[in-house]
Amino acid sequence: MTATAGSPAALDPGQRAWYHRLLRQMKLVRRFEERAAEAYAQGRIGGFCHLYIGQEAVATGAIAALRDDDYLFASYREHAHALVRGTPARAVMAELFGKAGGCSGGKGGSMHLFDAARHFLGGHAIVGSHIPLAAGAAFAIKSRGTDQVAVCFFGEAAVNIGAFHETLNMAALWGLPTIFICENNRYGMGTALERAAAVYDIAHRACSYDMASEIADGMDVLAMLDVTARAVERAREEKLPTLVEARTYRYMGHSMADPIHGHYRTKEELEEQKTHDPIEQLGRRLRDAELIGPEELDTMTRAVEDEVDDAVRFADESPDPDAAELYTDVYRG
Amino acid sequence: MPTITYRDALNHALREELRRDDTVFLMGEEVGVYQGAYKVSRGLLEEFGPMRVVDTPIAELGFAGVGVGAAMVGMRPVIEFMTWNFALLAIDQVVNSAAKMLYMSGGQIPVPIVFRGPGGAALQLGAQHSQALESWFAHVPGLKVVAPATPYDAKGLLKSAIRDDNPVVFLEGEMLYNAKGEVPDEEYVVPLGLADVKREGDHVTLVCHSKSVSVALKAADQLAERHGLRAEVVDLRTLRPLDLNTLVASLRKTNRCVVVEEGWPFCGVGAQVVDDLQREAFDHLDAPILRVTQADVPMPYSKHLERAAKPSPEQVIEAVKRVTYRED
Repeated sequence: MTATAGSPAALDPGQRAWYHRLLRQMKLVRRFEERAAEAYAQGRIGGFCHLYIGQEAVATGAIAALRDDDYLFASYREHAHALVRGTPARAVMAELFGKAGGCSGGKGGSMHLFDAARHFLGGHAIVGSHIPLAAGAAFAIKSRGTDQVAVCFFGEAAVNIGAFHETLNMAALWGLPTIFICENNRYGMGTALERAAAVYDIAHRACSYDMASEIADGMDVLAMLDVTARAVERAREEKLPTLVEARTYRYMGHSMADPIHGHYRTKEELEEQKTHDPIEQLGRRLRDAELIGPEELDTMTRAVEDEVDDAVRFADESPDPDAAELYTDVYRG
Repeated sequence: MPTITYRDALNHALREELRRDDTVFLMGEEVGVYQGAYKVSRGLLEEFGPMRVVDTPIAELGFAGVGVGAAMVGMRPVIEFMTWNFALLAIDQVVNSAAKMLYMSGGQIPVPIVFRGPGGAALQLGAQHSQALESWFAHVPGLKVVAPATPYDAKGLLKSAIRDDNPVVFLEGEMLYNAKGEVPDEEYVVPLGLADVKREGDHVTLVCHSKSVSVALKAADQLAERHGLRAEVVDLRTLRPLDLNTLVASLRKTNRCVVVEEGWPFCGVGAQVVDDLQREAFDHLDAPILRVTQADVPMPYSKHLERAAKPSPEQVIEAVKRVTYRED
């Protein structure tokens, strides 16, 4: 069954600190990505760099519904997921810079962030290939009889790949506590979903596997939190998987090497989407409900700026990996 | 010492490791209720239950990935491919996920997993079901690649592979499952990365693995009987890491070498062996190293053509005569 979920109608004043935390995390991700874009333009970050600007509510809301011992898998657009999970901004930025202080020791890069201690298990750059990995972690959970869940974030273009279907089938067949979060930002690189998929409502794909599904407003962090919390409960309590379709939008190009708009989407469409900005939305609601004041907001903005400044400084100053590291970590033992 | 089949030797290895370590599980097509397409997993479902002997849909990419994900969080999966031909559907998970995870995570995430199943040339199964793909996997840093030839090695190497903290590609010989050999009742393992001299000799070294070991041994018999040549047969057993020490030690004695394999010649296992030996044992070589491989064609169906495509003792003997400059 597919339901569409929006945000709770009224904010709960008792949750004020919690709302601030969500807002701060989204602002951290936004500012981090803006600075990453600058560093990329300056040649301090190499390779591919896929930014998350516009989609902050998805990772922030979804991860807020998890426990620390749950497992996370993400695609190559995953700086946000690591940051929200708690990987220090320093370690993430240093990884983008390819430095020894990076969360993967400089060997992974932007697309392969890992933080095993926080159960953040990558950072995977073949579209859809990490979807079965999450089901594998869920299989291990089921095998051990613990009540963790495994969560997998992927883009909407991944739903046309075989790994998606093979995994959803097994997750439903075996009752694996997995939450599949499809971040539908409407474009797989430069191909609109409508030009790549016969069925546009991705959540409907769950019907093929008799799996629960929900569509969430992916520009609304509280809606994402609500929807994910229900999916987590289903996974933890009933050992059932869920497919969540988060409808969101990326403001930047597919990667830093790609145009922001042009042949595949218009500037007007982009500007219209920005009026639903997830950070503006939550800030406005908190101000309207008098749950945040201008000074608090300023303080938060400055703290985030300082944190990202510090991350860039750390990444700059962190040494390159030692030359001997070239041949380490190929084999264990 | 009891004599058992290669199939049963693998079965015993799986059973012993499933008993020894709760994190080990076997997953693949037909491994449970059906008892295994080649009966390697016979009786395991009954002893260990469906969470440890797991039947899957026909979805190689998917269940290979499930195995990798489970390994990433501390399990020791054994993923059975009904044959390695089907594993090509899963090669993304073997190469991009399993082999690279430890490296790209900066050493944080080991993937202790075994991918196993039958491979190599079979009998009249045609082009898609009859091929040796060792070199595809041996090419990749991060993977270990094992291809045993005897029941003793099959059991001991599979146990080592399951206990190894790295992804291991374990290629069983499809035509070897009924081969018999002595296997002790007592616990033992065969370490990965060590070749084994299957027959001693001092005139020529025959390098081989898996099914080609029996081809080399047959050739060695005939070389001794008809040509008075004593061939040393070195079974690589593990293709990556390659045991160069044993190979060089043999070449020091024989000064001549023929590499025999069921794979295709171009970029094959033998190409790597030849490259290593010309560098590491140049001064010990009295002739160019020759290779006997499958013909450089897809496997034909016709019995007549198939026989011509596979490496044979006759081809090995011809090659040995050339490297020993013998006319008789």
